[in-house]
Amino acid sequence: MGISTLSVRRGTVAGMTDTHAILAEGLVKRFGETTALDGVDLAVRRGSVLGLLGPNGAGKTTVVRILATLLRPDAGRATIGGHDVVRDAHEARRLIGLTGQYASVDESLTGTENLILIGRLLGLPRAEARQRAAELLAEFRLSDAASKPAKAYSGGMRRRLDLAASLVGRPQVLYLDEPTTGLDPRSRNEMWDIVRELVGGGVTVLLTTQYLEEADLLADEIVVIDHGRVIATGRPDELKGRVGGQILAVRPKLVSDLPIVESVVARVAGATPEVRDGLVTVPASDSALLPAVVRHLDEAEVQIGELALRGASLDEVFLSLTGHTTEKQEVAA
Amino acid sequence: MTAMAMPRQTLTLAWRSLVQIKHNPAELLDLSIQPIMFVALFTYVFGGAISGSTGDYLTFALPGIIVQNALFASVTTGVGLNSDLTKGVFDRLRSLPIARSAPLAGRILADTAKQAWSIALILGLGVVLGFRVDNGVAGVLGAFALLLVFSLAASWIAVLVGLLASEPEKVQIFAFVVIFPLTFTSNAFVPTETMPGWLQAWVDVNPVTILADATRGLLTGTVSASLIGQSLLWAAAIAAVFAPIAIRTFKRKV
Repeated sequence: MGISTLSVRRGTVAGMTDTHAILAEGLVKRFGETTALDGVDLAVRRGSVLGLLGPNGAGKTTVVRILATLLRPDAGRATIGGHDVVRDAHEARRLIGLTGQYASVDESLTGTENLILIGRLLGLPRAEARQRAAELLAEFRLSDAASKPAKAYSGGMRRRLDLAASLVGRPQVLYLDEPTTGLDPRSRNEMWDIVRELVGGGVTVLLTTQYLEEADLLADEIVVIDHGRVIATGRPDELKGRVGGQILAVRPKLVSDLPIVESVVARVAGATPEVRDGLVTVPASDSALLPAVVRHLDEAEVQIGELALRGASLDEVFLSLTGHTTEKQEVAA
Repeated sequence: MTAMAMPRQTLTLAWRSLVQIKHNPAELLDLSIQPIMFVALFTYVFGGAISGSTGDYLTFALPGIIVQNALFASVTTGVGLNSDLTKGVFDRLRSLPIARSAPLAGRILADTAKQAWSIALILGLGVVLGFRVDNGVAGVLGAFALLLVFSLAASWIAVLVGLLASEPEKVQIFAFVVIFPLTFTSNAFVPTETMPGWLQAWVDVNPVTILADATRGLLTGTVSASLIGQSLLWAAAIAAVFAPIAIRTFKRKV
């Protein structure tokens, strides 16, 4: 992918010279009786990726909507490149691009028309808007579908068009609100490549996600929020360390083999496994654990029903950070 | 923002609303096939029964059909606005550095163009079927102006409903429940004299009757300054009540 298409205009806008592209202090937002945000602070360094992690209903989207000037905070303040999102909203809007569940392209327009519409609204002359549209559609492998209405696009194509639409104005700050929720693994990987490309081009990214893996792969720093409050902040490896890394899970085909599996896993891992509902789990600190367990179970002639090495799930992050599970989570990873 | 930015953004967004028609056959149907069907069906099915001949009925009913169509068309502003709000297009537009009023202004501008197209289509078809315009180009332009002003005022009601409804279909249901009885309890399609007394009392004060009679006057027969004045007063009253509420609701959402 060509850097030129996705890169930002550097150093042209005053206020982006300080170290932080996004600063938020004490953001509070209430909807009637519900407190969606209860004093959220954020600081995103220029050119970095911040992963905002939390279950549905945690307040992630409310944060994005405030930072995208779509919603006024009841208290606190936020600046984008030094421009206040309430008092100086118009200037802030010049710097941002928004992609998410709520900022959609027009389904009844074609890919080309959608991008031309935005280019024209941003003040590009007709020919330039057309050229920018063609360029972005080519970058995002949408040229073949350029003259089809967006409602005929597949889920992955639709996300790419949404993202392309938010990049027409070469934003310096990009909000990606759950960019891969509901996408198949291949489209998800594509989306991740695109985000990396953008960051390489100097864009500051604020990414919200329910997937720890996504935040882990893309973010320089992760902020975990729950019930409208920041409950943890740190680099991905720091957070993972706190949660406990990966977990090995083994389920024997026969329940009667459970004691053997338990003892083998305990011996190989050097830790006491947890046994629940016929499943034996143990923290997997070493990558050699999985093949070793398989070898030992094979020697003991135990038939394996299920064997998995998985990362700590968001539930486990939450359980360890807050002591409660993500009860509001609706979308399964 | 420069002074020219807002009109240019409004035109761009109006272009967007008009381009949608190309990809949405249902909207083309609403705009064109439906008016044609109404004219043909009313004329040939009811014409003989109501006026004794299709030609006489066409002269009487065509202005009424135009008024009914204009009122239904004014609802499209609300439906489109609601669809933008619920589908997230509005949030995309609001996150851009454009004039806050441009999305609404662009939609109203495009809908006024659609409205003019429908009126021209019905009138043109009417002329083909034997409708005679007595008052020349001035009368036709006057009727256009009056109908566009009135439907622009009525579209504020649609804008408000469009902002409050949870989905576009509900806007359409509202339109059907309100506009259908309102236009049928007027003299748009049937002379008042044939109705029961209690209904006549309502029909005479129904703004649709006043607008239909004012349009009749402009196209055929005697131009009535009083009826045009009353129609404009109604338009002004509707706009005075609904525009501020709609704009306040809009600003709360924006």
